[in-house]
Amino acid sequence: MYEHLETAENSENLKRVAVDPVSRVEGHGKVTLLLDENNQVRQARLHIVEFRGFERFIQGRPYWELPVLVQRLCGICPVSHHLAAAKAIDQLVGVDPDNLTPSATKLRRLLHFGQVLQSHALHFFHLSSPDLLFGFESDIGKRNIIAVLNAYPDIGLQGVKLRKYGQEVIRMVSGKRIHGTGAIAGGMNKSLTKAERDYLLEDVDQMIRWAADSVALIKKVHCSSLPFYDEFATIRSNYLGLIQPNGALELYHGGIRAKNDQGETILDHFDYCRYNEAIHEEVRSWSYMKFPYLLSLGKENGWYRVGPLARVNNCDFIDTPMAEAARLEFKAHSNEAMVHSTLAFHWARLIELLHCAESIKILLHDPDIIGQDLVTQGEKRFEGIGVIEAPRGTLFHHYQVDENDIVTKANLIVSTTSNNMAMNESVRQVAATYLSGRELTEPLLNNLEVAIRAYDPCLSCATHAVGKMPLQLELIDVEGQLVDKLIKHNDGRIDRNA
Amino acid sequence: MTAKKIRVATTSLAGCFGCHMSFLDIDERMLQLAEVVEFDRSPITDIEHCTNCDIGLIEGGVCNSENVHVLREFRKNCKILVAVGACAINGGLPALRNFIPLEECLQEAYLDGIGVENPQIPSDPELPLLLDKVRPVHEVVKIDYFLPGCPPSADVFWKFLTDLLEGREPSLSYELVHYD
Ligand code: SF4
Repeated sequence: MYEHLETAENSENLKRVAVDPVSRVEGHGKVTLLLDENNQVRQARLHIVEFRGFERFIQGRPYWELPVLVQRLCGICPVSHHLAAAKAIDQLVGVDPDNLTPSATKLRRLLHFGQVLQSHALHFFHLSSPDLLFGFESDIGKRNIIAVLNAYPDIGLQGVKLRKYGQEVIRMVSGKRIHGTGAIAGGMNKSLTKAERDYLLEDVDQMIRWAADSVALIKKVHCSSLPFYDEFATIRSNYLGLIQPNGALELYHGGIRAKNDQGETILDHFDYCRYNEAIHEEVRSWSYMKFPYLLSLGKENGWYRVGPLARVNNCDFIDTPMAEAARLEFKAHSNEAMVHSTLAFHWARLIELLHCAESIKILLHDPDIIGQDLVTQGEKRFEGIGVIEAPRGTLFHHYQVDENDIVTKANLIVSTTSNNMAMNESVRQVAATYLSGRELTEPLLNNLEVAIRAYDPCLSCATHAVGKMPLQLELIDVEGQLVDKLIKHNDGRIDRNA
Repeated sequence: MTAKKIRVATTSLAGCFGCHMSFLDIDERMLQLAEVVEFDRSPITDIEHCTNCDIGLIEGGVCNSENVHVLREFRKNCKILVAVGACAINGGLPALRNFIPLEECLQEAYLDGIGVENPQIPSDPELPLLLDKVRPVHEVVKIDYFLPGCPPSADVFWKFLTDLLEGREPSLSYELVHYD
């Protein structure tokens, strides 16, 4: 829709504007704009500017280190990396997902529900709620979780406690809140004790209530600002994610489903071990993050969105009652087969938060969760592929090993990478709609960032590196002269000097 | 507490944000902290430059020119600078790339990877320069304290900060110190 803004012709004659870095997202990215003499936006790009090289340096390591090595790509969704790697190395010891013991599968699912719950809570309450509660163009000093805790103590504290609960689920299963150990090739290294299970059961009903409150909150925020919330940064796209065999929303294991913007099926129950036949990644010179696309639709039209919006759009139903009721309301608010609103990512994310809380309760009541039959063994293989629905979307881990069990090849497609094109499109939509022809202001910058933030990008995962730079916006004219400059100070003041 | 609040800045260089997440794991103690501390530049605020801070917490090692720049800004503006976690202290996991030439890492990701189309190494002037190796932060600036762990636990952050805030020399008990 806004592809024409990706690369401007005669860019040397255009003014450059940079938003650097994008804040309140995890990791480091920046936006650059090129403007013509009438301040019309001619080019807009989200660049991911760091690089780590995981795919290369894990080569030469023994495969069994992978789950604990690669989780250090990301301290926000370490469990998703841990489990995607574990699913891949299960195959290296000859174990397919259906062959895991029921206790191992359920412990992993419990661990992952804890992960998605804590990540979604973190993103909504700690990172995005200031925009959504105070307004996108609110005072910079208010745009943080501390201000939310002051202004809306109940909401803020519920967010902190929801996240805490997810972290505690992770700690009970894997020993540590961040970078624990739990999954091993062919299963799990420990079960839950009765005492651990009972500890988690104590608060679970409260968590379900608070999760339901948060869904009600985002619905109110979204629906009280229509049509703005349906239009801001909104783009039409394809959607991709895992799905259960019966069409239910799935976060741990399933086949790939992809639908187009009309809701028509592109792929369904597609075996993820064949992902390379369906998805390739394009490299562009201006970003360390690659651009995946569906081969059947080609580079131009094959890009897609992943994550909560994709999952809630793609599924036929959610298999927990409160989240399903919330999904029906969500779908009903739009009169299209698919909800394309970018800000609806927040709403979909909180529906999933509720689903996680409900699912945790169900699993804790399942006797298998304290079962002791945890590991399966099979025949060694040389290639393993593990795919999972991480909080931010479909996550692919692919490894090859030699006869000594040493990793020889690795390919990782992290969730945020799949949203690369979509985030760029949303940035271009906001730039074209709200920026073109206008004078630069700080709130304007935050609009660009709100668009990116909706995707909950984990640029740290996506680039396998992170960092931040001061936020400074410069306007340079065709002669290369600085004509305008905005600087955010530490106390939130904005300075302008030419 | 009527005294002026202590200003704390935090940043993540070549880290995974796990240390920041572990800091947030102080959970509801956040409210207590907010009474005596205010956050300056940090991934959880929109403040992008730190100035006149009392404490600076650095997560992650140094992997590119921009990390060097940010680290120097922190040293200049923070009275006490703390290296938090394995990555800041010795480069951590990302430093595994130090054993491999940088070109090979780039080649693997952008030229020889599975399913890569339009192979090329990103080279736009908008992308900052990578260092040949990932370095610990104390090789670049003076560091006052080191908090080990991957990540240090929430209790480590809590004990360290409350000691400092109450004017004691920080000390961690045996159980709190770990090097995972
Ligand atoms: S020390 Fe561990 S938790 Fe901290 S940034 Fe490094 S890998 Fe992440």
